[in-house]
Amino acid sequence: MNTMMLLEMAAGGFGSRTAFTDAASGESITYQQLYDAADAVAHDVRASGATRLAMLDVSNLAVPIALFGSGWAGVPYVPINYRLTANEIDALLARVTPAYLVTDAERLANFEGRDGLDVRSRPAFLDLARAGGDPHEQRSMDPEDVGVLLFTSGTTGTPKAAVLRHKHLVSYIVGSVEFMSAAEDEATLVCVPPYHIAGIAATLSSVYAGRRVVQLANFSADAWIETARAERITTAFVVPTMLARIVAALEGEATAGMGHLQSLSYGGGKMPLKVIEKAIALFPDTDFTNAYGLTETSSTITVLGPDEHRAAVAAKDEAGRRRLVSVGVPLPGIELEIRDEDGRALPAGQRGEIHVRGEQVSGEYEDRGSTVDADGWFPTRDAGYQDADGYLFLDGRADDVIVRGGENMSPGEIEDVLLEHAAVADAGVVGVPSEEWGEAVASAVVVKPEVPANPALVAELQAWVKARMRSSRVPERIDFWPELPYNETGKLLRREVKAKLLRPQRNVHAAYPLLYVQDMEQSRAFYCDGLGFALTQRWDPDGVFSWCSLAMEGARIMLQRAEPDDVAALAKGHSDIALFFLCDNVDALYDRFRSRGIDVAPPEEAFYAMRQVFVKDPDGRRICFEHPTSKSRAP
Amino acid sequence: MDLAAGKRLKSAVCTTEIMVIAAPDGDVDIRCGGSPMGEGASNGGSPSGDFASGSAIGKRYVNGDGSLEVLCVKAGDGSLSVGADALNVKDAKKLPKTD
Repeated sequence: MNTMMLLEMAAGGFGSRTAFTDAASGESITYQQLYDAADAVAHDVRASGATRLAMLDVSNLAVPIALFGSGWAGVPYVPINYRLTANEIDALLARVTPAYLVTDAERLANFEGRDGLDVRSRPAFLDLARAGGDPHEQRSMDPEDVGVLLFTSGTTGTPKAAVLRHKHLVSYIVGSVEFMSAAEDEATLVCVPPYHIAGIAATLSSVYAGRRVVQLANFSADAWIETARAERITTAFVVPTMLARIVAALEGEATAGMGHLQSLSYGGGKMPLKVIEKAIALFPDTDFTNAYGLTETSSTITVLGPDEHRAAVAAKDEAGRRRLVSVGVPLPGIELEIRDEDGRALPAGQRGEIHVRGEQVSGEYEDRGSTVDADGWFPTRDAGYQDADGYLFLDGRADDVIVRGGENMSPGEIEDVLLEHAAVADAGVVGVPSEEWGEAVASAVVVKPEVPANPALVAELQAWVKARMRSSRVPERIDFWPELPYNETGKLLRREVKAKLLRPQRNVHAAYPLLYVQDMEQSRAFYCDGLGFALTQRWDPDGVFSWCSLAMEGARIMLQRAEPDDVAALAKGHSDIALFFLCDNVDALYDRFRSRGIDVAPPEEAFYAMRQVFVKDPDGRRICFEHPTSKSRAP
Repeated sequence: MDLAAGKRLKSAVCTTEIMVIAAPDGDVDIRCGGSPMGEGASNGGSPSGDFASGSAIGKRYVNGDGSLEVLCVKAGDGSLSVGADALNVKDAKKLPKTD
């Protein structure tokens, strides 16, 4: 049993069909060519003596070739997140050497000549793959062979390496996909990255079904829409954040005009009801499917199908409509139970930890071994409940892990980093609902005595986290509290932190969503709907703007009609904050600033017939203002 | 012969190849075209009349009580059986596409 067998069947059954198309290069490969290429790669991998095949690249034709080639060579395939920092990548590579590494040409120099790495650039790898090999070589069919090692984003500081054996992957595909079930003109748009289990599952299931895969390496809503139309895409999988952006990009259009899109499946995080309702309206001819699964379960374990979506949309009662945010019922090969903390199965309606069992379930990690119990049950660490008909509803993580845009992150890790900052006495981090990301990182911080808790400190703490962790870990919101809630045994009560953070307050961000944000890394301008406008920013030595909380702070001031005392408080001692105000009473604002000794230049003309005042930055520079040229909402 | 999940077998009399998905414990007399299957290549014979309706790639075949399930990974002229009892194609439950 080997994933290579799936490709062998495809090559035998419909070898001349197109298997993969790289949207970026426009190049395609047939199933027979993929089979021959995987064979050539297997030879090269064996000759290298590597024990793993590591892939550090975006989606492209080399990705499926490497996946199948590694199976044929009998070494695990290890896709690595190319968005990690250089240090993080090195740490992961050190765990998989001796490795055969495939990476893009730009990165090649970083790895060439290193001990334990036999490196191929993408072009060199594709060249040797095209040369083909000897298809008669013996290969392992041991179902226990490890097919894929996948580093999960993890709940602890060190990423876990989930072990998926060929038996798990093949069981999943054979159990859930009908061989050659796709018509010849079907094409699926794959925009999830290769290091995500959904990317691997999409590759395997599409090959087995005979459905052409169009690879979209870098997701943007516009690129997705354009490619879907150009390639006459019939099916696609997206994570909720992607769907939210696609829906936003189609704002104002009656329908997406994609009659060819027969089905759209989504998963990987909590889908906001508003987003899925809008999507169903925009894609009236499309079947929607919600899939829930984990890396450790070889992808999908529960499915909410198209008929159930339609029934939920048409439902008159609340319970019926709620089905739309359910992740459905288990696949035929999966058993599912909700259990309490003592391991007892819970009845319908009660929240507990989701446990699953089935042939496709691995639940194994390298170094840590199997987490599956004696009866084959795997504790997912996801929390949820089932309704009376067995429909599963997800409800966070059993251990409070934050899931932001499909990426798992541990609150504890972020708290630890915040606590390293000299100004911080205590810190609590939780996930709060976010329409864009599913969950966003928010933090409550207790500062040390004598430390001023102000917006500058918020920006400083955000920069502190950003310098030490991935940017996705940076709290989008930091509130300062006198103390954090603890239980008697000294355990931080994150649930209470979250509840308090979610209590209604003067939160401009919620009341007046930022309308347009240009590229997050370069953004200099923020516009707040309904305000008139506040542009605030902080210039730091690296030239990077820390924006969010300061933009909110500025917006809040505007919302309060620019109370001069607030402005004074904000500006006092923080001359690195540049404040731009554009409003209709700018002259009055100017007078009020001046009367309090704040250095403000005289009002001047600005866009939209408005006038602006601004505070200079420390070097007296006027930070330039950029008018948005596109309505692109997403960074 | 003893069959374990993952085991691959070839027909002795045609091009059929299968992979075992599930099997009962103990000896199973799995045949194709009426002749016992094995791990080696075809011996060049031909399927017997009762077992010549062919095997289809990608189809899953099961015995009467469902204890044996195999996947046809290469098609051939012979049809599958356990002893003289023909295996039947397992109806696939149509699942929505998820990935």
